[in-house]
Amino acid sequence: MQIPYEVSSRPDTGLYNAKLGIWLFLASEVMLFGGLFSGYIFLRLGAEPGYWPHGLLNVPVGTMNTAVLILSSVTVVLAWAALKMRNWSQYRLYMLITIVCGVVFLGVKLSYEYPQKFTHFGVFIRKDSLVKYEAYLGNDFLKSRGLEPRVEISGHLLDAPKGSEYEGVAKRNAEHFTHVLHEEGVGGHGGGPVVQTEAADDFVIQLDPANARPTDPTNEHPSFLPKKQTMMTAVVKREDVESAGMFVPGHSPYFAIYFTITGLHGLHVLGGVIVFAYFFFFGGKLYKRNPEHFANRVEVAGLFWHFVDLVWIFVFPLFYLL
Amino acid sequence: MPAASHGHAGAHEMHLKLYWGIGGVLIALTGVTVALSYIDFGSRGLNILIGMLLATFKVCLVGAIFMHLKGEKATIWRFLYFTAFFVAGLFLLTLLAWVDPIFGTNHNMH
Repeated sequence: MQIPYEVSSRPDTGLYNAKLGIWLFLASEVMLFGGLFSGYIFLRLGAEPGYWPHGLLNVPVGTMNTAVLILSSVTVVLAWAALKMRNWSQYRLYMLITIVCGVVFLGVKLSYEYPQKFTHFGVFIRKDSLVKYEAYLGNDFLKSRGLEPRVEISGHLLDAPKGSEYEGVAKRNAEHFTHVLHEEGVGGHGGGPVVQTEAADDFVIQLDPANARPTDPTNEHPSFLPKKQTMMTAVVKREDVESAGMFVPGHSPYFAIYFTITGLHGLHVLGGVIVFAYFFFFGGKLYKRNPEHFANRVEVAGLFWHFVDLVWIFVFPLFYLL
Repeated sequence: MPAASHGHAGAHEMHLKLYWGIGGVLIALTGVTVALSYIDFGSRGLNILIGMLLATFKVCLVGAIFMHLKGEKATIWRFLYFTAFFVAGLFLLTLLAWVDPIFGTNHNMH
């Protein structure tokens, strides 16, 4: 049986079936991401002063990934236009570029951005112990400037409380850190930074620049280029810690919503790449039989891809910049 | 080679430059978004508002040109009106939960 309006448009709506379907689907997607952005707003408004971090993500990498997604949006619409002009080779070229852009976006996220966070460590200091770590937090200075307090000490973990899940990571980091210290000729004769302590309950952290130089005014705004990791370390007592962990979803509300939204967005990118790859490798048969039908398929997949792009246009400033 | 659709090949040719142009504008606006985020407009709230307005403008360009909403059929626009209505309702619920005007159960406010 021939399904009506699969290729040609229905006279009253002017739409073919798939186009009607994809827009209904996109409406449901708007509600899905709308709910998550709503969660973002609620978490951000509800965060106590100092508990919503800024400048933890790599801005140049995020900017590049945004440009890559925009480029892919251009090429997918060009692929569709090439099909409408019955130019198969040009379609293949633009579709290939779109797929490569999607893979680059995912590759950067999964092989660089996420792993960087998973290996970064932070401890939130208990409110009544903040003053003990003033040298790393600089709250007197921040208060004098009318800024939010700093409540977290972050960097790379070098020593963890005995029996904690972080011992293995800390050991590997400490070995690497000691090696770098040795190469740079820092320390020696017991004068270098603390790497490990005798106490069973201490965290030792190789400090991020914001904690190493907490009164540096350049910390007030996220720097465009990531700052170099310092060679300074801090010892934090377990009893002074409110919560501690790698930069994973459980670390803080910020990372919970960051990984939820970017993870779901990444799944959408993956879905789009799979569909485009199918069109790229197996689309020829349908194109030869009914080129208009194939062009329609590319158009609806392209609409989905543009939606993925426009979600990212909101994600990028909300998480990376603001 | 299959024949070009409805003799509209010329019209599609004309759009190619537009697509590249809009892509270029979007990438340039991404640069502007990044640059503006380093300017202090007086409060973080104002920086967020400006960033979101710029993002909304970019999204409108993607929708109007790449998704062909400019000149799209009335049925699709009706879907979008409903979507906008329900999303506005969703954000209104968030706002109500935050302002908590009735029950006073939002402990963050007290």
